[in-house]
Amino acid sequence: MKNDFLDRSHSIAGPGFSRWLVPPAALCIHLCIGQAYALSVFNKPLSQAIGITAPAPGDWSIPALGWIFSIAIVFLGLSAAFGGKWVEDVGPRKAMFAAALFFCGGLFIGSAGVQLHQLWLLYLGYGVIGGIGLGIGYISPVSTLVKWFPDRPGLATGTAIMGFGGGALIGAPLAVALMKFYSTPTSTGAAPTLATMGAIYLCFMLIGAFMVRIPAAGWKPAGYVAPTASVGLVTTENVLVSSAVRTPQFYLLWAMLFLNVTAGIGVLGQASLMIQEMFPFRFPHDTTAATAASAAAAAGFVGLLSLFNMGGRIFWASTSDFIGRKMTYAIFFLLGAILYACVPGAGHAGNLALFIVLYLVILTMYGGGFATIPAYLRDLFGMVNVGAIHGRLLTAWSAAGIAGPVLVNYIRQYELDHGVAKADAYSITMYVMAALLVVGFICNLMVRPVDSQHHLTNAEVIIDGVA
Amino acid sequence: MNNAVKLTLSWMLVGIPLLWGVYVTLLNALKLFR
Repeated sequence: MKNDFLDRSHSIAGPGFSRWLVPPAALCIHLCIGQAYALSVFNKPLSQAIGITAPAPGDWSIPALGWIFSIAIVFLGLSAAFGGKWVEDVGPRKAMFAAALFFCGGLFIGSAGVQLHQLWLLYLGYGVIGGIGLGIGYISPVSTLVKWFPDRPGLATGTAIMGFGGGALIGAPLAVALMKFYSTPTSTGAAPTLATMGAIYLCFMLIGAFMVRIPAAGWKPAGYVAPTASVGLVTTENVLVSSAVRTPQFYLLWAMLFLNVTAGIGVLGQASLMIQEMFPFRFPHDTTAATAASAAAAAGFVGLLSLFNMGGRIFWASTSDFIGRKMTYAIFFLLGAILYACVPGAGHAGNLALFIVLYLVILTMYGGGFATIPAYLRDLFGMVNVGAIHGRLLTAWSAAGIAGPVLVNYIRQYELDHGVAKADAYSITMYVMAALLVVGFICNLMVRPVDSQHHLTNAEVIIDGVA
Repeated sequence: MNNAVKLTLSWMLVGIPLLWGVYVTLLNALKLFR
């Protein structure tokens, strides 16, 4: 099939095109795929799809449903890793188009799975196919944004990746509103909700794909003078993805992303339970009404965390343009370790306000870690292959998506099995997370400029077709 | 269509849903402080 419109050559910006039109195109993709963070709003309706008002025999368990998200994150990492080079080759428009088809196709298949009550269809649809859409969609605008904003790569990639955090803020209330609209005495409304969201997101993502443009060869922002020599970690050279994965810098950044995400996911996943168990006087469960009010307040807390997770992405990534990537990560790991270690103290002191503030700042740095890493990669490996290298690095996210919850749940269960009170069972977890961040701090300290043997020559950059 | 109109429309396209999401989230978060 002839599909010229999607080709890289047909998405080159003409004269007078404003580069500020590119971040909204990227946001069209990331705000949609960020819905993955809000998947848990389907847990309750899907766990009582047969019983409607309460789980009935044959209904899916919450742990079984939890695998949908885990599979999606694993396939996000795999598709980003293996599809990164393809995304660089075909350009952002075709990649965004493919991401829209995969992600929304996953939602449609998931909807069929709910309708037919076949869990494997949800695993295949939302998990595998949707997960591929997540991975391709996540990396598709990164390289393009870095090329449009050579003067502010942190701001540019932070804006797009902020959208992934913001996707949950839209996806959760949208799903709730649609399920309320579609629910009947014999249906939770989850199946048509997934299908409707698939249709809405498909429109949005396709608009993003059609809006995106790549800069013409030799384009640079008005008044921007490209550096002629590498300064510190910021290189003027370029490295192929196949060479990048043979450098210690790649593995140090992989470890940093893994450790930051492991710590963040670990506490994010248990935030609701943690605040209720550490502050039982503020979150009583002595009556049905009190339990419902406590759960609603805890859900509000989790929503607030999502907001700061999103805000941290744009704040820290754009700040990194001024203070440098290495300094930004040093703050994440050092300040993060201190804050994690302070959380149990805030709980023991019964200081709810301090507990919330600590958690909110931690979440800004969790989001900031995601959003700043593409600019860090661009500094170290150059801008030509940054999308593909970023894709490979995202396997750290997949690994952390499994390691974080397992680590936290294992430690907590171990504590409870050994007679530790519920409110105290989180202390060790937080100290372990703080220790992980100290390891991350050391990794960051070890980052040095990439050895010149890995640099591409100018001729090789042009042959690669992305000069 | 000139760039100013394009910029306004494209930022509204993503900004309005995002602001709605932030608003709903903040409304829910208020329950934490009641």
